[in-house]
Amino acid sequence: MYSFEYQHPTSVSAVAAALAADPDAKVVAGGMTLIPTLKQRLAMPSTLVDLRDIPELQGVRAEGDSIVVGAMTPHADVAYDTTVRDRIPALAYLARHIGDAQVRNRGTLGGSIANADPAADYPAAVVGLNATVVTSSREIAADDFFTGMFETALEPGEIVTAVRFPVPQRAGYAKFRHPASRYAVVGVMVAQTAAGVRVAVTGAGPSVFRVAEMEQALAGTFSPDALAGITVSPDGLNADIHAGADYRAHLVTLMAKRAVVMATG
Amino acid sequence: MALSVSMTVNGKPVTVAVEANALLADVLRQTLGLTGTHVGCDTSQCGACTVHVNGRSVKSCTLLAAQAEGAEITTIEGLAAADGTLHPMQAAFKEHHGLQCGFCTPGMVMSAADLARVNPAADEDEIREWLEGNMCRCTGYHNIVKAVKTGLATMQSPAQHAAE
Amino acid sequence: MTVLQNPAKSTGIGAPVKRVEDYRFLTGRGRYTDDMNKQGQLYAYILRSPHAHARILSIDTTEAEQAPGVHAVITGAEMKAAGIGSLPCGWLIKSRDGMAMKEPPHLPLAVDKVRYVGDQVAVVVAETLNQAKDAAELIAVDYDELPATVATGTAAGATGAPVHDEAPDNVCYDWEWGDKAKTDEAFARAAHVARLDLINNRLVPNAMEPRAAIGEYDRGSEEYTLTTTSQNPQLIRLLLCGFTMGLPEHKVRVVAPDVGGGFGSKIYHYAEEVIVVFAARKLGRPVKWTAERGESFQSDAHGRDHVTHVELALDEQGIFLGLRVNTIANMGAYLSTFSSCIPTILYATLLSGQYKTPAIYAEVKAVFTNTVPVDAYRGAGRPEACYLIERIVDVAAREMGIDRAELRSRNFITPDMMPYDTPVGLQYDSGDFQRNLVDALEMIDYAGFPARRAESAARGKLRGIGFASYIEACGIAPSNVAGALGARAGLYDSAEVRFHPTGSVSVMVGVHSHGQGHETTFAQIVSERLGVPMDKVEIVHGDSARTPFGMGTYGSRSLAVGGMAMMKAIDKVIAKSKKIAAHLLEASADDIEFADGTFRVAGTDKTIGIAEIAGAAYVPHNYPLDELEPGLDEQAFYDPKNFTFPNGTQICEVEVDPETGVTKILRFVAVDDFGRVINPMIVEGQVHGGLVQGIGQALLENCVYDEDSGQLLTGSFMDYAMPRADDVPSFEVKTNEVLCTTNALGVKGCGEAGTIGGAACVMNAVCDALDIAHMDMPASPERVWRTLRDKQAAPLAAE
Repeated sequence: MYSFEYQHPTSVSAVAAALAADPDAKVVAGGMTLIPTLKQRLAMPSTLVDLRDIPELQGVRAEGDSIVVGAMTPHADVAYDTTVRDRIPALAYLARHIGDAQVRNRGTLGGSIANADPAADYPAAVVGLNATVVTSSREIAADDFFTGMFETALEPGEIVTAVRFPVPQRAGYAKFRHPASRYAVVGVMVAQTAAGVRVAVTGAGPSVFRVAEMEQALAGTFSPDALAGITVSPDGLNADIHAGADYRAHLVTLMAKRAVVMATG
Repeated sequence: MALSVSMTVNGKPVTVAVEANALLADVLRQTLGLTGTHVGCDTSQCGACTVHVNGRSVKSCTLLAAQAEGAEITTIEGLAAADGTLHPMQAAFKEHHGLQCGFCTPGMVMSAADLARVNPAADEDEIREWLEGNMCRCTGYHNIVKAVKTGLATMQSPAQHAAE
Repeated sequence: MTVLQNPAKSTGIGAPVKRVEDYRFLTGRGRYTDDMNKQGQLYAYILRSPHAHARILSIDTTEAEQAPGVHAVITGAEMKAAGIGSLPCGWLIKSRDGMAMKEPPHLPLAVDKVRYVGDQVAVVVAETLNQAKDAAELIAVDYDELPATVATGTAAGATGAPVHDEAPDNVCYDWEWGDKAKTDEAFARAAHVARLDLINNRLVPNAMEPRAAIGEYDRGSEEYTLTTTSQNPQLIRLLLCGFTMGLPEHKVRVVAPDVGGGFGSKIYHYAEEVIVVFAARKLGRPVKWTAERGESFQSDAHGRDHVTHVELALDEQGIFLGLRVNTIANMGAYLSTFSSCIPTILYATLLSGQYKTPAIYAEVKAVFTNTVPVDAYRGAGRPEACYLIERIVDVAAREMGIDRAELRSRNFITPDMMPYDTPVGLQYDSGDFQRNLVDALEMIDYAGFPARRAESAARGKLRGIGFASYIEACGIAPSNVAGALGARAGLYDSAEVRFHPTGSVSVMVGVHSHGQGHETTFAQIVSERLGVPMDKVEIVHGDSARTPFGMGTYGSRSLAVGGMAMMKAIDKVIAKSKKIAAHLLEASADDIEFADGTFRVAGTDKTIGIAEIAGAAYVPHNYPLDELEPGLDEQAFYDPKNFTFPNGTQICEVEVDPETGVTKILRFVAVDDFGRVINPMIVEGQVHGGLVQGIGQALLENCVYDEDSGQLLTGSFMDYAMPRADDVPSFEVKTNEVLCTTNALGVKGCGEAGTIGGAACVMNAVCDALDIAHMDMPASPERVWRTLRDKQAAPLAAE
């Protein structure tokens, strides 16, 4: 690891100040991606700004028809939170299948979505459940947040403080995990909400995406059979030694069906 | 630039001077001489470095020592009783031959002990799922699973509660 | 020499004694190499080649040498100038034309050329590891990239740049084994010939402890100490002194302390061992190197990597007439310590399997490629042999419409044929192959399989059952036979049994334990044979300063060879003790009987315990000094009469999800004949672990290089799929003891068995589930999905 300064401010505004003062500073949340990256000397921040000491970024709370998850809430806390399990079981399920137990004890929602790894699980939840990303300076609709591979709408110096998940009528998440890394080869969140059906796919493409044709079909009949014959094109999908683009395309439909089964089960 | 980090390790308060980029695993092993915590990979996969931080299992190779400021850390060296009597999970690993070369063992035991917090009645499938963050190349996991099952049961037994 | 077996005795041979090793491992008190820090220690970081194949035009270390904390930057040129020699290969294989294999030099640090991604280029030694890494970034290496040779199947005669000038066609050797004419004749009269092309995929051993080494040199005493993660410290000492560094052996100590798994990958003499000793001598300070996992992927010897065509000739009844095998084996960029014998002596000699195939002929071409060197990985040659045999038997059964268990039964060598001379040079001493199969069929409920398959089908799943009836040759070997086959070293082992005056015993052995539990099983034998409580027996291994010269642990040889050396030493102790007892009891030595730790004058109640004998031997106040030397400390070397032949049948049932391609193992049974079992608990553990390495190869693990660039695509646990707890099932295992007839313990070895049959067993089940003749490993979800898709498309395409 290269050398860096380490700070752990106690307020969001202090974080903003630290980031503004140093353009080469980087924010660390759970560190599950950043620290391995630093260990391999693939990043050289001048300062690490740790969010660990900011109480307002922690925890899960119900807020009307929504559940608000603080950016620094570890995956395990979402997975085992009784309110989440009660009201959005698909979100608890998703959180329980991120990484492994130790990763879930450290990794955070805010860190995951700010990193925007194409194979991360949480982006499927944020987009599939039509969540709102709350940042240090504004609110961003899920559909506007993820802009590309490892790219988001966050401006320099802006950090995620929480994500507000509206409680859906029903939702399901199905993941086909990578045999080595355990990330999502394909993960699909299907949700039926007051505003319609949403189908969000992670892992398959450079960034999380929705499948309009599936959403329309499920809006008609919310059953796995409604997805029969609906496929996504392998063009532009990810491909590696464990899963080619055509296999991923196949899995998108399959995981979508399984997510519907879970939502209706 | 060195930082001063205070934490509680195996029940004892310690303050160490560390570089900002020092990993908790390295500080435990090199500064504090607690070499039972092993490092088996650099991608946060193998779990040999698992310790408890504030009561939860985490991979100490993926945590800066600076991030552990103020934390309660338990390593494999802190699991047995002061007189050397094995913790129920350690005893179960011995009873069921849940270790061979011993390298993954500290992380495996620490991870298994944390399962008692989350799902003390875990069945075989749940134990296997929980252990996905800990690789073992020797045992084929069969005896580890048996050991964890026994260890969880012993941790729950009334005799054990009375002792605690 | 006779062996008692008394499992009723809680610590005796056959008892499932809990391991004496466990307490230290469970409490974090194991002592692995990287746990040790020496006074004044410096850290070595190795700059490795980013290219698969390139000429080194220049290396400029000037800036790195000036960097903070740096004590030295060492290059290949410096080491070569200092007379550092090539890492040797221990086995000479000759091509069919009589020519010796091509054996290009393998210097610890590359000179002139790099030959794989990860090849050692330079070493920085600094006060801290971070400083060494910082400085390594300042080393300027000017490379002239060359085309890389990567793929096993096409390496021979590849145009472009040969890996070594010494082998312009990239061929290391072109070897044959068996009787070609007789085999051709068998094929000529066959009623059916089954044919198969298969790939035995390359694997990365990945012992959980990364390799590490600490070199020390004392300028006062001129003594060297190397602490290293080795399965055979004595052999490393021999190679360090006799080959790479030419050190005076009496001044060199090699220690392999607790070692976190080996599986073959820690047998070999590695460059880093030379580097840390060289650097320590140069700087007069201890130098430590520890691999990061990424380095392990790029520098630990890999395993397997064969491309094979196999043909089996059968008569109308399915009796095997002949077997023909053509294999290309990838050696990687250099010959690792045992590499050359793996796809030859440990492979082709096993091609008879458990079957009375009368004619066998094998051709093996070994090729150099721009990849990490390939050497023994758990099973080493024998899993490759078992895989092709058990696959081709299944293909033949499928083509001829014969039940797969039945076809195996018809061809098994039977107990009445023992000892059995195979057509590929081995003599099997014992085994009841049919019994193992029958027992395994019963355990899995073979008769009930069709119903279970139907039940799976009703749920939309594809169920399959697979067999592997394996045999292996272990405990290598008689040194004279090994020598005739090309071994450059003897393959005996040694032990010293030392009674202490107060009656406890230290046993120093030449073999090494890195998970096998020798400290327990060897002590069980000593305890049983000498009648000394187990807690008074200590097994010492892994330190050349404390143990006699031995060849180390690999090839399931520790008990069959090292254990036998210990038995010989024990017998010497008993023989001497009888003489002491005769004197003390005033009887003739011929009249002294020994049992359970007590010497008795036959037919009397005059007795004396072995602890008292030990006391008398060391405090010889009343002692026949004219007839006997004081002391009770005996050493023995043992050279085996023959290989041992562990064997068994494994059966597993799998269920494939045709939608995802995911294969789940539902049940796995293994019936093994390991000869006498010393500790059934430890033996079962060895079987479980071996099976998961076999399953890993079949379903998950695959080392992949980019065929153009030679970059390692599976260079971390993020890409190389290691078996995890939730990938594998629990196992049902049983042992059928048929005692080995060629050693007094009756033991055969159990360390590799699971791995030898495991991959074949799983793949036979997968192919059965998919109703196909063959698919290559690993049967990953994507490959299974593609196989099913292609199978569905095939009839349409034919129309």
